[in-house]
This record gives sequence, C-alpha cells and structure tokens, in this order.
Amino acid sequence: MHIIPRITDTDKAFKALADPSRRKLLDLLHASNGQTLGELAAHLDMTRQAVTQHLALLEEANLVATSWRGREKLHFLNPVPLYEIYERWIAKFERSRLKSLHDLKKRLEGGR
Amino acid sequence: MTKTKFVYVTYIASTPEKVFQAITEPAVTRQYWGMENVSDWKTGSPWRHIDGKTVRMVGEVIEHAPPRRLVISWAWPQEASDRTKRTRVAFDLERIDAMVKLTVTHDELEPGSDMERGITEGWPRVLSSLKSFLETGKALDTWAGKR
Repeated sequence: MHIIPRITDTDKAFKALADPSRRKLLDLLHASNGQTLGELAAHLDMTRQAVTQHLALLEEANLVATSWRGREKLHFLNPVPLYEIYERWIAKFERSRLKSLHDLKKRLEGGR
Repeated sequence: MTKTKFVYVTYIASTPEKVFQAITEPAVTRQYWGMENVSDWKTGSPWRHIDGKTVRMVGEVIEHAPPRRLVISWAWPQEASDRTKRTRVAFDLERIDAMVKLTVTHDELEPGSDMERGITEGWPRVLSSLKSFLETGKALDTWAGKR
C-alpha cells in the first residue's frame, strides 16, 4: 500500500519560498506592509498578471494575508508560517547542535 | 501621521468556540501565551493582559461577538491615558471546513514605535503557540530567547 503524504501548510510555504520573485514580493511587503497589486507590480519586471499569480500562491501558502480598504485590496506579509518553520526546522537543529557541542566539551574535559 | 497596520492569519484545526475561548479565558491563555487576558468581555469593559502579577497591557472591549469577532484596544499601562498611543486589535474567526481561520488585525500603530516592534515580534510567536496548543495539546516555548 502506498501512503500519499498529505500536502501540508509547510509544504506550501516551502514551495512558495522556492521562487525568487515571490521572495522579492515578501521583501517588498516587509519593507512596506499593506500594498496594492499596482504598488507591488511597480517594483517588479513582470506583467501584472504574473504578479497576481505569484500573490495568489503566496496567499494560498498563507504567507500573504489580504484586507480591503474600500475597493483596494491590500497585501500584508503574514510571518506566522515562517515562525512555524523556524520552530520546526531551525530552533530544533540549533538546540541539537548546541547539545552535541556541550557533550563534546564534557567528553574532552572528562578525558583529561 | 499615518498609522500602520499588520494582519496575521493562522489556520487551526479546531472550532471557532474553542479558539474564542482560548483567547478570552485566562486559564487557557496562560498555557500558550504565558499571559492572562482578564475581562468580563462586555462591550466597554476594561481588559488587562497580566503576566504573573504585572499588568503588561491594558485596553477596552470595543466589540464582543463570540465566536466570530472580538475587538479590543491595546496599550501599555503607562500610555493608556494618551488616546494617540492606543492601538487596536481585532480577532476574526471564520470556520473553513474542519479548520478555523483566525485573523488578527493590529492597527492604529505608530510607525517605528516600540509598540510596533513588540507586536510584530509577538504575534507570530503567540499564534504559532496557540495553533500548536489547540491541535496537539502542547504549547511552544512562546517567549524563547526573549526572557
């Protein structure tokens, strides 16, 4: 029996982050949060349609949240999934690396 | 001066009722937030954000519509009397299949203020911990490296 892994939010986030244009969009929102499609497109050398598609993918991955101001759709950087990746993939490995250093130190000091 | 706004979204495998309770029940907020949100949650009532015995944040209940929406004002106790320093937090809960989409909108923030810096660091931690707590029963070390 084959087990097909469920596509998780983390998979979507990593996939969304794999593209340099999408990372650029996140950087633009980090610099100035709450921008319209037009404002974002002005910084990128691509069609509005391509920017729309990238933004849709970022929203699908929950890295971008949107909110309406009248008839304008504003885009906000949503760092919550990034924090989850940090917790799951970075903090954990940092801790284990610190523990191995600590164990090595104890071994070396004990061996004297 | 133009005030800034931040929008945070997390999807939690839970019910709106449970998520709403997790925001408004001090015994629950303590477990994943490390702080207690204390109020009778009536519109116009005060609320306090308490860390042990220290009051960290104060405000008023602006809108209380369980389990869909909660809006509160949010300020440091020492700045609470200054209306221009008062920021606003809205929690919006929407059921999507077996998930709850929780949107936290924090606005009326002064650009570049300590409050802005504090909340942009805080919300991702609090919301990740809330999600983990409701889905697995285990909160994260919410303020790791900050204390």
